Amino acid sequence: MSSLELRGITVRYGRFTAVENVDLLVPEGTVTGLVGGSGSGKSTLGKAVVGLAPITAGQVLVDGGDLGRRRGRGPVQLVFQNPYASLDPRMTVGAAVAEALPRTGRAARSTEVARYLELVGIDPSRAVLTPDALSGGQRQRVALARALAARPGVLIADEITSALDVSVQGAVLNLLRELQRELGFAMLFISHNLAVVRYLSDQVAVMDEGRLVECGPTDRVLRQPEHATTRTLLACVPTISPAEEAS
Amino acid sequence: MPHLPSPSVPSSSLLHRLRRTLRTPLGVTALTACIVLAVVAVLGPMLFGAEADRVDTNAIDQGSSMAHLLGTDDLGRDIAARVVVATRLSLELTLQATVIGVVGGLLLGVAPTVLGRRLGRLVTATVGVLVAFPGLLFVLFLATVFGVGSTGAMFAIGVATVPSMARLVQNMTASIAGSDYVAAARILGVGRFRLVSRHLLPNIAEPSALFATQAAAGILLSFSGLSFLGLGVQAPQYDWGRLLNEQLNGIYVNPVAALAPGVAVVLTGLTFGLVGEVFAKASGRRAPLSRQQPPSEQSAMAPAPLPDESAEGALVQVHDLRVGFPDGREAVRGVSLTIGHGEALGLVGESGSGKSLTALALADLVPHPGRVQAAEITFDGHDLRSDPHLGTTLAMVFQDPMASLNPALRVGRQLSEVAEVHLGSTRAQARARAVDRLSAVRIPSAARRARQRPHEYSGGMRQRAVIAMGLMGEPKLVIADEPTTALDVTVQQQVLDLLAEVRTETGAALLLISHDLAVVAQVCERVLVMYAGRIVEDLPVAELVGGAAHPYTRALVGAIPTMTTDPNTELATIPGRPPEPGDADQGCSFAPRCALATDRCRSTRPELVGFDTGRRVACWHPVGAVLPLDVRPVDAEAAS
Repeated sequence: MSSLELRGITVRYGRFTAVENVDLLVPEGTVTGLVGGSGSGKSTLGKAVVGLAPITAGQVLVDGGDLGRRRGRGPVQLVFQNPYASLDPRMTVGAAVAEALPRTGRAARSTEVARYLELVGIDPSRAVLTPDALSGGQRQRVALARALAARPGVLIADEITSALDVSVQGAVLNLLRELQRELGFAMLFISHNLAVVRYLSDQVAVMDEGRLVECGPTDRVLRQPEHATTRTLLACVPTISPAEEAS
Repeated sequence: MPHLPSPSVPSSSLLHRLRRTLRTPLGVTALTACIVLAVVAVLGPMLFGAEADRVDTNAIDQGSSMAHLLGTDDLGRDIAARVVVATRLSLELTLQATVIGVVGGLLLGVAPTVLGRRLGRLVTATVGVLVAFPGLLFVLFLATVFGVGSTGAMFAIGVATVPSMARLVQNMTASIAGSDYVAAARILGVGRFRLVSRHLLPNIAEPSALFATQAAAGILLSFSGLSFLGLGVQAPQYDWGRLLNEQLNGIYVNPVAALAPGVAVVLTGLTFGLVGEVFAKASGRRAPLSRQQPPSEQSAMAPAPLPDESAEGALVQVHDLRVGFPDGREAVRGVSLTIGHGEALGLVGESGSGKSLTALALADLVPHPGRVQAAEITFDGHDLRSDPHLGTTLAMVFQDPMASLNPALRVGRQLSEVAEVHLGSTRAQARARAVDRLSAVRIPSAARRARQRPHEYSGGMRQRAVIAMGLMGEPKLVIADEPTTALDVTVQQQVLDLLAEVRTETGAALLLISHDLAVVAQVCERVLVMYAGRIVEDLPVAELVGGAAHPYTRALVGAIPTMTTDPNTELATIPGRPPEPGDADQGCSFAPRCALATDRCRSTRPELVGFDTGRRVACWHPVGAVLPLDVRPVDAEAAS
């Protein structure tokens, strides 16, 4: 169980400021949804937390301790958007998950791999397959298993269902919610889809042009949005039936 | 149904593909040449070594004879034997130099990824400078540095190969180092060296091997060149280049003696090239298919009767549309649809359902190996296949607006081209119309924007420009294939509104293809749901929530989280996965994933039949729908 705290995070690429002075607290065992349009800096913020984007200023604190520039298996793990790009095409599924495990004996390792694959609903006998034998949804499950195998205190999910079909999206979201409740990690769930964010999150943070413009409990933010960006995003959620638009 | 062959596995292991390639004529030739070369290199010196070195002062500079096939040299040594014996040294030196080049290239190429940013840049810059250096000059320079002799020449040529190999490896590793899976490994704390050995090297192995074989052929040539110039192998050792050097003086007296070492060099070089070809074939898309079967002729089937509802008023009439591929896979399996004048029709389905190919078939844009067959495709009374209408009355909007606009041309120019080509307008007329159309899709200060290039537009504006391009003619039908998928949520709405607006203003019909039911529901009146290459339901948008008859449609609708979904309930899911285009095709394609499926569903395929007013469904157990009694399929069809 860990909490994630961001203090004054700023990310600059040359003269371009992608993320500016963001303060955000993801309390332990809860889910914070991070929403915003494209270019709002939400993905960059997620990448900055795990060290994939250069932090110009600010601190990332996990359980109150500065993450700094430490090496090795981090307490924060990230699941990528595109499951077709996030798994090494030459590596078997089992090896990909094993990479996240602490170094142990061969036998212990394969039981652990099987356990994590089972956890995400992949038959452990498929550990010998390479990703190209799996569908998009299955690949995303493997990516999730790999992230969880590193026993993260905090999980960052970066648009993890936007490359998936709707029927698969439901299954991945169910799984993610169930695992989050069972394992109790804190989660930063990045998405442009407010309906999905609403379904998973306890708290919602809204970003626009690199700044955090609104943050609060999901119900409050979606019912009484205070910032114009939040209102725009809410107005842009496509609905299937006209009846739902009214509610 | 005709029997469909099982699809070839597109991505089997390299070893598997290599084995398959070796069975082709190219593979057999390459393998044979390699074996011959190896045998000669190993056995040559043992069998002919003595003869090649025996000095015979009685037979100096003889021509070709029975005793000496290629004659003798100035010490009376048999030239044929010397050419055979030289194989070993020539090959040894070539392979050693190749190893030096490849290993050095790999090390230098991977270095920027392993070293820090600053050192990495230094290495990249150094390699860049060395690549710019003329190759032959570099070899000669190194040969002088390393000293005359075979070892010196080997190092010189090996080192000279390093920069180009390093550049190739650098380029390849840079793209892999930027990939998500390497980023994931970094987050997991995988060390730099493990990163290289586990992720980088395996993913560049194939092109590297290909490059190595090509380099070997070049190295053999360079070596022969150096020896020929006297900088390489020194007497009493000899390789083919050295023999060439010795015999060239007598080329007018005994030409075969001079040509033989040259022929050996050429043949060996060709062998390396062949090996490279085998690698390229096995690793690339050119890998031969395990089985190729021409598609069975659809016309052999009894043509299905045209539906009597082929309404007069319909704009588009499609009957029994099929899109197949040469390996026998069929992605669209008999789609029939009608689009009325001014109607907005949605086509939804998951990836691989064939919805995009259906749309492309209407526009006659199915990519190359695909074959379109249909009992009928008419558009506005004309047969679309003989008389395509793209550009005038049929407009197409694609998913990625950046890819559908030419980055090098000004947007206005691209639009006016349509009018010039299809409508015969003059340049000035076309330009005026382009500006007019750009303002019609609400692009502010259209005259100025028309002079800009696509990269100066935002994503949403590009998509507007593409829509404007469709409006250059007088479209009666706009086909939009996932027009908002690549766009931001906030822009998505604007583009959908624009499509709806275009429809009301021009009276054009709209075929909107999307994986997102909500997008379709916003713009369309009627929705076709596709699954595994067939339409399974045809219903009004208002019926999508709650009124759908096909279990698949219901499941699809139920799976989408909305702003009213109770966060404490599980989202509905559809177990299993859709069939692949080549899978066995018996019964209802959705049966394996359907909770309502019975034996009948698994054995006999339900046809798309009408019920209520204008609704159709292909299901034996439709939810809440009363089907007419005569829905049993024709016997002949059930038996096939």
